Amino acid sequence: MASEKPTTGASSVSRRRRRSHLSDELALLQLIILAMVVGTFLHPAFFTERNLVNILQQSSELSVLVFAEAIILIVGKFDLSLESIVGVAPMLAAWLMLDTALNGSGLEVNPYLAIAALFAVGVGIGAFNGFLIVRLGLNAFITTLAMLILLRGVAIGMTNGRTLYDLPEALLYLGNARWLGLPASVWVSALLYLAGFLVLTYHRWGRALYAIGGSPEAARAAGIRVDQYVWTVFAIAGGLAALSGLMLTGRMASVLSGQGQNMIFTVFAAAVIGRISLNGGKGSIIGALFGVILLGIISNILTLSNIETFWISATYGAIILLSLILTRLTSGRSYRSD
Amino acid sequence: MTPVDMSVVPLAEARAVSKHYGTTLALDNVTMKIRAGQSVALAGRNGAGKSTMVRLLTGLDRPDAGDVRFSGEPAPDVSARAAWRSRVACVYQKSTIIPDLTVGENLFINDQPGRGLGTISWREVRRLTRDALEIWGLDVDADQRAGDLTVGQRQLLEIARALRQGSRFIILDEPTARLESREIRQLFDHVTRLKAEGMTFLFISHHLQEIYEICEQVAVMRDGRLVADAPVGDLGHNELVAAMVGDSYAAGAEAAHHVPAAFDGGTGGPGEVDSRPVALEVESLSIEGAVSGASLRVRSGERVGLAGLGGSGKTEFAEAIVGQRRPTSGRISVAGRVLRQGRVDLARDLGIGYVPEDRHTDGFCGNLSVEENIALPVLHRICRMGFISRRRRRDLALALIGKLQIKVSDPAQNTSELSGGNQQKTVMGRALASDPDVLVLGYPTAGVDIASKQALFNIITATDSAVLLVSDEIDELAICDRVLVMFAGRIVREFTGSWEEPEMVAAIEGLGQ
Repeated sequence: MASEKPTTGASSVSRRRRRSHLSDELALLQLIILAMVVGTFLHPAFFTERNLVNILQQSSELSVLVFAEAIILIVGKFDLSLESIVGVAPMLAAWLMLDTALNGSGLEVNPYLAIAALFAVGVGIGAFNGFLIVRLGLNAFITTLAMLILLRGVAIGMTNGRTLYDLPEALLYLGNARWLGLPASVWVSALLYLAGFLVLTYHRWGRALYAIGGSPEAARAAGIRVDQYVWTVFAIAGGLAALSGLMLTGRMASVLSGQGQNMIFTVFAAAVIGRISLNGGKGSIIGALFGVILLGIISNILTLSNIETFWISATYGAIILLSLILTRLTSGRSYRSD
Repeated sequence: MTPVDMSVVPLAEARAVSKHYGTTLALDNVTMKIRAGQSVALAGRNGAGKSTMVRLLTGLDRPDAGDVRFSGEPAPDVSARAAWRSRVACVYQKSTIIPDLTVGENLFINDQPGRGLGTISWREVRRLTRDALEIWGLDVDADQRAGDLTVGQRQLLEIARALRQGSRFIILDEPTARLESREIRQLFDHVTRLKAEGMTFLFISHHLQEIYEICEQVAVMRDGRLVADAPVGDLGHNELVAAMVGDSYAAGAEAAHHVPAAFDGGTGGPGEVDSRPVALEVESLSIEGAVSGASLRVRSGERVGLAGLGGSGKTEFAEAIVGQRRPTSGRISVAGRVLRQGRVDLARDLGIGYVPEDRHTDGFCGNLSVEENIALPVLHRICRMGFISRRRRRDLALALIGKLQIKVSDPAQNTSELSGGNQQKTVMGRALASDPDVLVLGYPTAGVDIASKQALFNIITATDSAVLLVSDEIDELAICDRVLVMFAGRIVREFTGSWEEPEMVAAIEGLGQ
């Protein structure tokens, strides 16, 4: 509706808002620093190189998964099944390589081929989700929930619920190796976020994702091929979920049948805390990264304090609710579209 | 009246185009030419075929017959969006600005300048945006969120974007409908500037005054045909309205709309009406951005029409009365009892029944049966100990189905399976179910067949309730005892007794004030 605001007034309001937009990341950074100060005071073991690197490494698999979910959220969709790819993709790779004595297939496939299969499975599942949602127009929630349940069952069925261990070196490398003194998985995650930040900020492809999430009709009118983009995003996210599974497998030196279970809740927690809008078209990938790190620090402090795990998950739930309320209050705008 | 002198190839033309939507013939063999550098107005009442013409000229639809040409060459295929964009740009009423992106990004969407390979140089985007904003006199920041711009600023941004994509032909679809006068002024200044630079405009507006202000040529459509196409100087206000309205005026006959016969039989003469108690009273009602201080009174048994264009505020006014919208100030009362809050249930308890303008979104739930829809507002009355009495509901539904002659195989039939006319009767039944003292009806016969229309008219004229009929359809207004005309948020005119159609249309369209 037409407003009576004089032009100058309107633009100064918006300038203030723009600043607050940029300060989303700054606010998170302040929270991270605050959490670190609190941790340092509470536990002598917190502010040590070993513990901090530990936090980063433990956050790295989650951060890759959050990245995957973030780009899907930015185009205005979502995918619950990503966490099941974290389990099923490495499960398949391990199963292809291992002897029957170790619950494998006995095919003893070449490790590199098996890792290629791992990524192919991730991308394939993501692309299939994209097909169901974009082409058949199915509801993203129930489609990806069904896929999650299906894949969870497949992962258990493949090995009769047993854990796969004694894995070949190739499968463990990413979760164990150290490059330049830091775990390889931390480097992988850092590079991913750097590349993601550049593409989403300085490339047409990345900006198109924001346009699609903001208004698919307007994006279409601007000549963006919306369906292809969304489909591609789902496929990439599937591939990234497989990567996250590979990193987790390496760190754990085994594949559990329930690997990745419940990770999706933490993924959404990190995305919401990182100010990725669940309505699409809004949020920065750096914010998402800060969300992951903040959660990692909080969880680390709680663990050091010997808090029981169920209280840790309750804390996550409380944090999600709190950040949703805060986002709503600080943005000062309701969800009605303008 | 088609112009004959076509020495130059028109920039855009529709050649003998026809278009059907289902059984409706939206365009019937229309030929229209738009010469470069001209600005052409496309006028016509709702449903005349203007929107269909725009859809064909912008490549959103293919004509069933005939073709569209640009500079003498056949139009691209409807799938070739980029080719269309370089020939014609349309600024629709619905904004295609993405609110959460910045001004600069919206301006360069999917075409950001950079260093190749799809990379973006934000510095370049900002620089070019600042240049563009300066040309357009927009006092906004390139990095500002586009959603925070005013409607007028967003519109200029859309035009700027359209021009950037290389088009020299711009269609403005009711650009002023949502603008304030200062913004309209600004828009017109830009249109004048662009015309001087050789741009061509097709301007669709309900505000006829504006046509005279910025157009050289005016094309008038009626019932899917082009009925006039002439320089604005050759077509005076009266002729323009006559062309829009059609035969009744062109015949020169005394086409006065007398107060209809049903009025005499139904509720007695005007003298008698005045002695009846006031049923609905609205005192200086204001709604932000829509209505400023409008008042009216409707007596029991009286039918009052509330006419006005889309955007005149009449819809918001009606929504406030039925409790769907909270007014900024003012007082609404039924038989002296005040509506305290904007709540539909409170309005219903005061005795207000409502037929919404758009029955498909607000009128009925398609997944529910006819009887369930009819009973929705009065569930509390047909309950026994909190549970719905199916028998009472059936009785209520059967009574109204009979009264309104709704054609259903069974009261339990899904409402979505009915024809438009029977759906509308169901909506009317829902409004009547609470036995209201005041009926607020929005376009009560829109999109229904002739027989249903007559049946609905009979019901409206037979009721003892006070009726407020919100519409700009002449035949609906014709059954009213009085008609109030709303323009730009104010009630500007009252017609009592008999009136002539052109006079009414002119008042609705804001002419002659």
